[in-house]
Amino acid sequence: MTQVKMTVNGKPASGEVEGRTLLASFLRENLNLTGTHVGCDTSQCGACVVHVDGEAVKACTMLAVEAEGADVKTIEAMANADGSLSVIQQAFQDHHGLQCGFCTPGMVMSASALLKDNPKPTEDEVRHYLDGNICRCTGYHNIVKAIMAASGQDVSALAAE
Amino acid sequence: MYNFDVEKPTSIADAVAALGREEAQPMSGGQTLIPTLKARLAMPSVLVSLRGIDEMQGICTDDQGRLCIGGGTLHAVVAKEAAAQYPALAGLAARIGDPAVRNRGTIGGSVANNDPSACYPSAVLASGATVVTNAREIAADDFFEGMFATALEEGEIVTEVKFPIPEKAHYEKFIQPASRFPLVAVFVAKFGDGVRVAVTGASEDGVFRWTDAEAALSSNFDAGAIEGLTVDGSGMISDLHGSGDYRAHLVGVMTKRAVAALS
Repeated sequence: MTQVKMTVNGKPASGEVEGRTLLASFLRENLNLTGTHVGCDTSQCGACVVHVDGEAVKACTMLAVEAEGADVKTIEAMANADGSLSVIQQAFQDHHGLQCGFCTPGMVMSASALLKDNPKPTEDEVRHYLDGNICRCTGYHNIVKAIMAASGQDVSALAAE
Repeated sequence: MYNFDVEKPTSIADAVAALGREEAQPMSGGQTLIPTLKARLAMPSVLVSLRGIDEMQGICTDDQGRLCIGGGTLHAVVAKEAAAQYPALAGLAARIGDPAVRNRGTIGGSVANNDPSACYPSAVLASGATVVTNAREIAADDFFEGMFATALEEGEIVTEVKFPIPEKAHYEKFIQPASRFPLVAVFVAKFGDGVRVAVTGASEDGVFRWTDAEAALSSNFDAGAIEGLTVDGSGMISDLHGSGDYRAHLVGVMTKRAVAALS
């Protein structure tokens, strides 16, 4: 076992892990931050996307020991300080960007990473950015619409269902 | 996954020393290796993470004008920082996997793994790049030795790849949408003294140069120059996504598209 230390959602976090312990497992099982979902466990689905030092990564395909000293942000830190939803989260609610909600943490973390680098993406750029995030409910239209809306763009003409 | 120890060296020398341990395995971004470990297709006793080695990071230009990319450089970094000097290479990096994968995966890992459908080997081979390891420099033509096989010795790691920059180049990828790997992709690079064409995703022997197309394009750089040239479908990968003959056909189509994009 190895002692690992990192910053998670702005607070120091540490724990004993095995070499093989995934960052996703450390977040969920050691820190009880179960908002980070593990869907496929094969780095296909993107439900486990978190930010490590500001960049979106799949927490199921990174070892916890590799995050030593890193600044990790998960879905639990996305809401505003007063508990209200962030702009992206609110847009997902307003535009019905989720049904079962399993993929939503990863979608929100990916969306947030996209908008950080590209504050006004085109619809095409949003769809391409979500290449690694799979949703089995919504058919993506409303997720794309929510992200476009969160970027402050008019979405009235976008496809929806 | 079976359990293993993890070593995190901060220099190439320390990494090489750590790889001397029994059943040690280097890991760069882990975007292929971690899924492989989960499937229990590998069981190293020591995993040597190469991510903390600063001297393997980043991009520069050497005195021969070559673009030198550290083995530990992320796809996302190549996509951004190589865009001005070598746009075809940056464009290739920008379409590997998905954004989260590009924030972990590295050029050295991709080249060392030599997946028969990986993107990078085609750019390395078509550019006539040099693969630099902790021990030596290897020409691309001598580096790739077949499916998942390279000239690397046990414990040898890719520390840098040096790319001569062609006059123009284009990477044309026919994507397999589930895996995001190419079903077939072709990298065409036009240099002053000739054209090089490298194909990935198609052959059971991994990345290869399509020499007939190179000869034709070197004398006439036009998509029409390869009209009528064909690749033999035997020896091509055949799976549920496409037969060998289909892949062979795609090699021609992707090559023509790449050349057309440059004409």
